[in-house]
Parts: sequence; C-alpha cells; structure tokens
Amino acid sequence: MSIPKTIGIETEYGIVHRCSGDPNPIAASSVLINAYLRDAGYRSEGGSDTVHWDFTDETPGLDARGCASTASMPPDVETHLVNAVLTNGARYYVDHAHPEISTPECADARSAVLYDRAAELIAQRSMAAAKAILPPDQEIVLYKNNSDGKGNSYGCHENYLVDRATPFGRIVSGCTSHFTTRQIFTGAGKVGSEAPGQSTDEVPYQLTQRADFFEEEVGLETTLKRPIINTRDEPHADARKYRRLHVIVGDSNPSQVSTFLKVGTTALVLALIEDDAFGREFLFAAPVAAIRAVSHDPTLSTPLELVNGKTATALEIQWELHGQCRKYVETNGSDNLGGTVATEVLDRWESVLAGLEVDPMSLASQLDWVAKYRLIEGYRERHGLDWGNPRLRALDIQYHDMRPERSLAARVGLETIVDDSQAVTAMSEPPVDTRAYFRGRCLQQFSAAVVAANWDSLVFDVGSDALRRVPMMEPLRGTEAHVGSLFEDCDSATELLRRLGS
Amino acid sequence: MAEREQRRKPAPVEREPAEQASPAATERSEEIKAELDDLLNEIDEVLESNAEDFVKSYIQKGGQ
Repeated sequence: MSIPKTIGIETEYGIVHRCSGDPNPIAASSVLINAYLRDAGYRSEGGSDTVHWDFTDETPGLDARGCASTASMPPDVETHLVNAVLTNGARYYVDHAHPEISTPECADARSAVLYDRAAELIAQRSMAAAKAILPPDQEIVLYKNNSDGKGNSYGCHENYLVDRATPFGRIVSGCTSHFTTRQIFTGAGKVGSEAPGQSTDEVPYQLTQRADFFEEEVGLETTLKRPIINTRDEPHADARKYRRLHVIVGDSNPSQVSTFLKVGTTALVLALIEDDAFGREFLFAAPVAAIRAVSHDPTLSTPLELVNGKTATALEIQWELHGQCRKYVETNGSDNLGGTVATEVLDRWESVLAGLEVDPMSLASQLDWVAKYRLIEGYRERHGLDWGNPRLRALDIQYHDMRPERSLAARVGLETIVDDSQAVTAMSEPPVDTRAYFRGRCLQQFSAAVVAANWDSLVFDVGSDALRRVPMMEPLRGTEAHVGSLFEDCDSATELLRRLGS
Repeated sequence: MAEREQRRKPAPVEREPAEQASPAATERSEEIKAELDDLLNEIDEVLESNAEDFVKSYIQKGGQ
C-alpha cells in the first residue's frame, strides 16, 4: 500500500535591488531576509538570536540510482549566508543568488498551497521591511518566476515522500509521462523561447518558464544540464524506509489552482507508482524533445511520439492519468492522499482538462499560463504590437512582481484555494499534522534553547550537559496529536527533553 | 502516418462530459471580458515606465 505523501515546495525568488548603483543579488537577499527576521521579531536590534540551519546531515550529492557520477557534481552548500528556521517550520535562506523559502512539510495538497501562499506573504513583508531600512530611493523587489528571459533560470522544487521499496526505474517511467504533460495546467507562461537556437518568431508564447532549460532525462544536476527526473537521494528522513523525490521540472505558480493541481496530481501519480497500479504506460521516444514540444504549443494539439511507434497528445495522456488515478482512489480510498483533498484534486483536475479541451481561455481565472496569455494577447492587440516588443516581456515579468500594487497576477482575477486570513496565521504557525509542528512549536516556545535545526533534527543547549540532538526521522511524527500536550505541560526546554526522553 | 495512441478521451462512464456553456457561464465570460478591458485601461499606470530598459536590466544569476 502506498505511503502518505508528505509534500514540500521550495521557491527561489527572482530579486532586483532598484537604484542601488552596484546591485549584488547575494547581498540584497541577505538584507531582505535579515530585515524580515528583525521585523517579525526573530532577532533583536543588533542581536543575532535567530535559530540557524544545521548542515550536519545534508548530503545533496547522493544519487538515487546508487552511483556517484563524476560528471555530475553536487551543489555547494553555502553555510556562510543567512539561513533561518521560522516558527511555522519553514526555512528562509539565501540559495545561490536568490532568496529561497522552503515550506514546512505538509500532509496534503491544500496544506501545501496554504504554506506556499504564506511564503508569498513572508516575501511581501520582507520587501516592506527592507524598504523601511534602505535609503529612500532604493527598493528590493521579488519576482515569483523562474527565468530572466536571457537564459538564466532559478527553480521551484517540489518534494514528495516516497516508499524506499519502490524501484527507482518505475518512478522514472511513471513520472516522466506526468511531468512532460502536466505542463498544460502547471505552466506559468512565458513570452518567447530560451531554448538554444530558437527565436521569439518561432515560439512567441509558451506554457512554461522552465521547459527550455531541460536537457537530460535523468540526472543529479539542478543548475546545469537539468534533468526531467532529478536523482538527488537525500530523504531528510529514515533512509531505510523513505525516499524524497526532488522534482525540479515545475514552474513557480502565482495561481493557487495551478499549485494545487501541480502537487495534488503528482502525489496521486506517485501513489499509483508505489502500488504499481498503472494499467497503461506512456513512454516517450524522446522525452526532452517532448517536454519542449508540449510547452511550445498553446493549442495543445502536438502529437508526441511514443516508443511503441504511436502518438498521443499531452491532453490525451493527462486524461488517461486522471482516469487511472480516479479509479485508484475509488478502489483504494484516499487516506494516504489527504482524504477529501484527494477528491477535490481529482474533481478540479477533471474540470480543468475538460476546460482545456473545449477552450483553454475559459480557464483564465484558474491557470497561470492562460491568465498571462489572455492579458498579454489583449494588450498586444490593443496596441498592435509584435510578439518581440519589450513591453510584452515587461508584462510577463511583472505578472510575477510580488509587490501587491504592481503584481499583474494579483489583478487578473485568479481563483484562490485558501483564505488569506489562514495564510497570515500560517506565516508563523506550523501545520499540525506533520513533524513541522514539533519544529515550529519548539521555536515558538523554546527558541533560546534551540541552537540549530534542520529537516530531521533539532539541537538543544540547555546549559547543564552536552548539546542534545532530537532526531525527527519520521515526517508524520511530532504532530499536534502526538506532542501537542507536551507544549502545554512543559515550562522549559529541559522539561521538554526530559519528557521526550522518558 | 503513426497510428493514434488514443483517439478519444475516456468514455463518459468514467467521467462526466464537459458542461455545455450555460447562460450563467456566458454571463461570466462577458464579465471576464469587461474585467480584462478595465485591466488593460489601467495597465499603463502600473507597467514599468521604460519597458525596454526594465527588460534589459532584469538579469538574474542562474539558480537551481
């Protein structure tokens, strides 16, 4: 039986330091995050009492295929930059030259959307806090997109807990068919192409920000020669029982419906892969060519070549995957997929595929690529512009502007999945149904005693004896149901550790 | 010519067919169109003042 699909989303935001003279994105990211930490009360003026990330157990170079390729280098871990743990269980840090927020572990797709929205609100509060301390003409602006239109891309990664017993080869074949075709609802839209040798004349508008940057089918890289299936094998949990599937092929979505479907459908597909329940597989003759072909065709009609010599469109493959997932849930239930949330995902998935089939523009209030296309096409027609006009690229970038008064995504009437009042709470409160609850509550109540934290452990210094590491190798232990009463009963970290140890 | 893998979506027994455009839906699409017009009317006030310079200067370091 498939295991519960714990989900997390990591978002790297584009960053611009306006009027700074000599912009340095790494310094700007540090300024931004530090401003938030001070503004949100994580640290006192001049002090440094934020709980820092602990890298002891990080091994991003391990490969799920069980081999270490010499051509494939693990990313450097930058320990010297700002790297904080938030009371909602999230991580907020400088990654490469971008601020990145990783949501806490979430038990279902709706919770993942809630914490992704909370991350947006954290980004907005960070910009406001930075503006307050910068010289009056300066401003740091964040963009929730994945490309600068000049060949530089930054990611939005998804993480899913997967049963270690599932053969990796099965994950590769099942996920490739989904990742290649789910773009029809997960794409955030992009003006032009950044694929080598392709011009805006050939691809005026495409479904995704990211498809142009994928060059391999399977691999360990995340920054060069990006693969459709990333093999980083770093479970941040009991490695004998679990994998963490690290998905790098998706776009950052301002649309909550796109995010909901992105993680919800992928969790369902993974459950079918674990239970080997796919009645029928779609293996592409050329997956990298297929992922670009899907992205480059807003009419959704391109036939994709399969290894058996036949063809299918992305929409046809998505209908098939949807049908199989529906049947799976009807047979096996959805307890491991968020219960009723899985049914909401299936219903939304179905209505979106039906809409795409009849008229994609009918989804302008649900999907990013459609909302953006409708806006840009409307503007283009009104002003009689060519697709190569920089004003259209400016609209594209500004769709993702995180400033509420500038964001175009905030103006196109996108439906929401979660209420902003809940998301405001989620900026500081952890989910109650994963181990993020324990992490977040420890930081709320005993932050002075927590010297370091990471996904699978917390390190305490309670003064008297050696540092104490509390391992959290089970993503679904440490929930409110398990440990909620401890936080009510314990007045100190010493007491908490004593109760945990007994 | 390659044979089509799947000519049609799954039969209606597996899912409801797409809903026909109802009067409410048509009304909604008129509403959406009016909203787009309003948005296009105000967009020049929101859009970066020098689009060409803005697009040129929007340069990011590659990330993950």
